[in-house]
Amino acid sequence: MADPVKGAIPAATYTGNRGLAIEEPLIFEQDMPGRCGVDLPAPAKVEDRLGGLRRRGPIGLPGLAEPQAIRHYTRLSQKNYSIDTGVYPLGSCTMKHNPRLNEKLARMPGLADLHPMQPISTVQGALELIDLLAHWLKTLTGMPAVAMSPAAGAHGELCGVMAIRAALEHRGDRRRRILVPESAHGTNPATAAACGFEVDSIPADAQGRVDLAAYRAKLGGDVAGIMITNPNTCGLFESDFERIAEDMHKAGGFVYGDGANFNAIVGHVRPGHLGVDCMHINLHKTFSTPHGGGGPGSGPVVLSEALAPFAPLPYVVHGNQGFSLVEQDDGGTSLGRLKGFHGQMGMFIRALAYMMSHGADGLRQVANDAVLNANYLMACLGEELTSAFAGPCMHEALFDDRFLKNSGVSTLDFAKAMIDEGFHPMTMYFPLVVHGALLMEPTETESKDALDQFIGALISLARRAKGGEGAAFHEAPVLTPRRRLDETAAARRPVLRWQPPQGRAAE
Amino acid sequence: MSALKYTKEHEWIRVEGNVGTVGISPYAQEQLGDVVFVELPEVGRKAEQGKEIAVVESVKAASEIFAPVGGDVVDVNKDLPATPATVNSDPLGAGWFFKLRLADPAQLEKLMDEAAYKSYVEGLH
Amino acid sequence: MRYLPLTDTDRRAMLAKIGVPSIDSLYRDVPEVAWLAGPVDLPPHQGELEVERAIGALAAKNMGSSAVPSFLGAGAYRHHVPAAVDHLIQRGEFLTSYTPYQPEVSQGTLQYLFEFQTQICLITGMEVANASMYDGATATAEAVMMADRVTRRRRAVISGNLHPHYREICQTHARFLDFKLAIGEPDPAGRQDLAGLIDSETSCVVVQNPDFFGNLRDQSKLAEACHRAGALLIVAVTEPVSLGLVEPPGAMGADIVTAEGQPIGNALTYGGPYLGLFATREKYLRQMPGRLVGETADVDGKRGWVLTLSTREQHIRREKATSNICTNSGLCALAFTIHLTLLGEAGLVRLAEINHATTVRLAERLSALAGCRIVSESFFNEFTLRLPKPAAEVVEQLAKNRILGGVPVSRLYPKRPDLADLLLVSAGECTTDADMEALLGALKEVL
Repeated sequence: MADPVKGAIPAATYTGNRGLAIEEPLIFEQDMPGRCGVDLPAPAKVEDRLGGLRRRGPIGLPGLAEPQAIRHYTRLSQKNYSIDTGVYPLGSCTMKHNPRLNEKLARMPGLADLHPMQPISTVQGALELIDLLAHWLKTLTGMPAVAMSPAAGAHGELCGVMAIRAALEHRGDRRRRILVPESAHGTNPATAAACGFEVDSIPADAQGRVDLAAYRAKLGGDVAGIMITNPNTCGLFESDFERIAEDMHKAGGFVYGDGANFNAIVGHVRPGHLGVDCMHINLHKTFSTPHGGGGPGSGPVVLSEALAPFAPLPYVVHGNQGFSLVEQDDGGTSLGRLKGFHGQMGMFIRALAYMMSHGADGLRQVANDAVLNANYLMACLGEELTSAFAGPCMHEALFDDRFLKNSGVSTLDFAKAMIDEGFHPMTMYFPLVVHGALLMEPTETESKDALDQFIGALISLARRAKGGEGAAFHEAPVLTPRRRLDETAAARRPVLRWQPPQGRAAE
Repeated sequence: MSALKYTKEHEWIRVEGNVGTVGISPYAQEQLGDVVFVELPEVGRKAEQGKEIAVVESVKAASEIFAPVGGDVVDVNKDLPATPATVNSDPLGAGWFFKLRLADPAQLEKLMDEAAYKSYVEGLH
Repeated sequence: MRYLPLTDTDRRAMLAKIGVPSIDSLYRDVPEVAWLAGPVDLPPHQGELEVERAIGALAAKNMGSSAVPSFLGAGAYRHHVPAAVDHLIQRGEFLTSYTPYQPEVSQGTLQYLFEFQTQICLITGMEVANASMYDGATATAEAVMMADRVTRRRRAVISGNLHPHYREICQTHARFLDFKLAIGEPDPAGRQDLAGLIDSETSCVVVQNPDFFGNLRDQSKLAEACHRAGALLIVAVTEPVSLGLVEPPGAMGADIVTAEGQPIGNALTYGGPYLGLFATREKYLRQMPGRLVGETADVDGKRGWVLTLSTREQHIRREKATSNICTNSGLCALAFTIHLTLLGEAGLVRLAEINHATTVRLAERLSALAGCRIVSESFFNEFTLRLPKPAAEVVEQLAKNRILGGVPVSRLYPKRPDLADLLLVSAGECTTDADMEALLGALKEVL
């Protein structure tokens, strides 16, 4: 007898909707002339002072009323995965819970409505907040100074590399070679090259760490520094870090630390005591400010005594008259301004609230639980999947694609199948030092139950892949609003904006 | 039709007289995936053996193309930018990138012949 | 601890599964000398109530610009943001989502960014826009570097009327990324002609419209001069609401337009996070920095969106990337696009008209004050007022009377005594008649 339920599942619906999965067109396709989502009074009649530059033609923006606008964006939001939805095991991204208290505090009157060019006497509390956050960052990292203005991690890297170059120029040194491990995140070599340095790659050893011998062989009088991530992108602590830093300092170079993985060691290890000269910290990773679908971030850079004189403008100072902002250098050693205004204040408020909420004891626990969760994943998955390196790991577990050998299922296919199980895939194909890499960072805000479910799903998928279900994996995902998208066509014939349909005169 | 010579960076060159046609190998196009964009050198540009001369981009990677030998660029495949997929479908034929007038034919000796390239590629796995 | 779900029971069970006695044994690769025995010297954890009190105490030491008459501009502008915007951007699926690298589960983000890119093209009159940068100032420096790549030249001409922060960032980049700048003198009346500074080595000319002092200029002739010399024209816009009323840079022949998106959808928040807008011509597409969202179809033929042309970016090109930017300003772009959607054509135009009309009325009243003169020949919602005494002291006095009367030019040009009497004054739809009365009354006292 035919299954009545199966028979009732339509191949297609009239609307294209499937239950709560709603299709939503572009705002430009919902335009109704005369519609508007705000009410504004009629402007006063004045003689304009526009210098003859009044706009001559229409702009072409669509008009939606508030209900339509809210429905549009609500429907769009429902097509997104998020931390609020489920586990987000992206390696080196630290997708931890974003506390809602922080959102409330960032919107407080007296903070959210401060104009950056208000007189200093009217923003003493804001400057004190920045100074307090700076104090927490310096204490946690064991560094004497911090540049608060970089807008994101990559921007912080730029700041650090520029500071190194400024320091070298200050002592009349023309060194131009920067060493970067081959496991590094792509922003590291991009930044170094952009600042006029020649990038020299250091191989990883069989244990996934910087090959010390290879590193030492590359030192010389023309080496300006090393950009090194610790824990590294394989999720391992660089146990030779102090030696690496010492050797670099002896050679006359500087040590840039990429702080993307600070979540593993916050409260336990102070990079300043390992010999770091500058290190950027991603407030949107370790300190929970929201990723927001691609930003905004904040990338303050802690600096050693050697590099502190070159810190960018502006910076906060505390004197007898209270707090002030140094915005000009007057022939001093600052590398200059990197950012409009003073820095990502909205993220400072959130990060400080996060730090105050956790406190010194809580932050230590954060690192503990982050490392525990990652090792738990490694221990539970090690049999069905293949770990890239022997454990223990730090806050992220790295697997390679050996477990998929001869299955016909690639790392990519495996990841897409995770989506049908309700999980965002882990980081794939990074770091490059491992074949078909799968890098998982659960973070400390995942419960054991959530991890057990995640582990169970991955084991199930691994068994299905090895059991010959390759064809199903190639089709995945099948349960999402969109299935696999044609990225080749998107790149070959880029369509980067909506255009009115042909035949309709440009309005 | 003269034989193909290959570089370690997976470029091929086919020499006729003093002019060599250059492209990328079937292995290279397979590694890159669907090619979406190519950047060709200008005619007249001087190429140096082993130095970057062109760019090929796929969805997931961008790769420099290095000149297999030194010389002057005398022709480029004008059809290629509009149909980059040809690099995937016919890498040894219609997917050619540019032609060089060789500055020093002796430089060809540094390159691999077909058999040597084949074992080189097998050794990469 | 409210954000840490593991219990001690959990931890014990997990350690047993891993096969180690304690968490510390997982840290065995950390050298002894680097290991902290106990928590660092910082306060212990606190509940929401205590944290709110502490942050609230800091907020209470500030004069919020929404609580007093405020006339501040100079690159950041206060506008009324509809209530719906903040509600929508706080939806968890927007707030707590990641960069849309997995398009099947990020169609929400990708679609709004595609709409955002389109809106930027429409308001600037350009052909293609990216999915945002850190802010207008860094976007402008990126534009200069892009012009260098496109023209293969390394000398940029910078207008003296470009916002000083924008200029300073270009200077920092020029110093470390090895290119040259020729910088014009600030000219409050906005009359300088940059065409004479263009030569065969010039990669681009950078101007701002409305400029730092408020002046509006037709950049068409300058665009022609640039193009004759094979250089690009870059126009920076610090107040995008102006584009509702003023001819856009694209119509004047600009090759790259950068802008500060904060005024639409985003709070002032003491200077950040803000939003860099970046738009250019299609022919320069491959040299454009930042993320791009492109339209495509899935295997079922349904329309969808993906990040595209990523090979320009750092995670693939590494050393050869067009920029090292990774995280940009996604949520700020969302706030911008929602606000602009609610405004629509009619709303943006009207908002711009109200801003201009209010500012014109204020300018008339201020120029009637003894000793005061409007310096800007034309303006949108901000102008330069010359006072009979240094503007910085006047502003301090006004602040003591709980009025934020404008930005003294000397704040951004501290070593220029010839500019010390100049005050930048901005007004908009939030400015009431009572605000203007208060400012005029206070100025009469102070001057």
